[in-house]
Amino acid sequence: MDLPVWQALYEELAPRNFTVITVAMDTGGAQDVRQWIEAAKPTHPSLIDTRHLVAELYDWVNVPSNAWIDEEGRIVRPNDPGFAGEYFRGMMEPGFDFKAMRKEYARMRDRYLDAVRDWAANGPGSRWALSSEEVSKRMAGSNLEHARAAAYFRLGTFLHEQGRAEAAQAAFAEAKKLRPESWNFKRQAWHLEEAGKSGGPEFWAEVKALGDRPYYPRREL
Amino acid sequence: MRPMPTTVIFENAGASVAAEARGENLWLAPSELERVGWQLKPEGLCRGPLCVPVPPARKAEFVRADGAVNLAAFARHRGQAVVHDEAGSVWVCGPAGAARGSLVAPDFTLPDLDGRLHTLSQFRGRKVLLNSWASW
Repeated sequence: MDLPVWQALYEELAPRNFTVITVAMDTGGAQDVRQWIEAAKPTHPSLIDTRHLVAELYDWVNVPSNAWIDEEGRIVRPNDPGFAGEYFRGMMEPGFDFKAMRKEYARMRDRYLDAVRDWAANGPGSRWALSSEEVSKRMAGSNLEHARAAAYFRLGTFLHEQGRAEAAQAAFAEAKKLRPESWNFKRQAWHLEEAGKSGGPEFWAEVKALGDRPYYPRREL
Repeated sequence: MRPMPTTVIFENAGASVAAEARGENLWLAPSELERVGWQLKPEGLCRGPLCVPVPPARKAEFVRADGAVNLAAFARHRGQAVVHDEAGSVWVCGPAGAARGSLVAPDFTLPDLDGRLHTLSQFRGRKVLLNSWASW
């Protein structure tokens, strides 16, 4: 979990008129996320989103996803995985080098955090702040199918809260059908079905089925 | 068909109403419609000062002789995604289409672990890094 990294970044950059907001996409609510948040002792807003509202509003399909928002409330980077990468996909292979994975992720993290620092210092002058054309391009493609998928997911979370587990899974299934690229939908639905299932054989089979396609969007930073 | 207890989640607000679900249509009597925040007036369907005209040629789609309003058809007319459970007892009408595709960061209000609410737009004047994560 990356909350301690975000908290440290917040403490470093808060004097520069900067904040971090972390949001947990967790339909299980406080009981599912308490241990992580309590351990990180955040002083930045660390929020809980049982309905995945933020993912719906920003059209995000995976965690982590990150957006940069400027002082006027405009999006300057809409959807980056941050320092998450593809390396984990080999984890189930025999002889996988966990040390090399940690090293690679640390390298990516340092690079990403340096990009955030650069933006905090230079604003629109930062090479990492995108033009509005590029932001639009990266946000394009959101359509009524996505909106219907999100509505089904919202229906599922409501039914789950009502204790109607089976009806909830039926709604999640519709959401997944309309938006098969959403790992958020798949993994949250698995998790509500059975703890651990979100990282179980079903998950790894779907990761394998990606073949050459990326798990996270590829970004330059 | 008699109105049945129905939950309607319209944009971000949920309401318990009596409604008749027929296929993809959901009929609400005027008093029930008001619980979802809308009122039928001569100028159209209104929420506060905002009124959406009912297209005269399609009036029967939206308004019945007894005054009931087809909320699902109306929401679709506004560009909202409308879905329901198999029993037709829970309906979700998502955000209106115009909310999507803007470069202005969509606003939201969510609780922290202590239940305190935070709103993104409270941070105007600061740069914000918005991150999503999950326990699963």
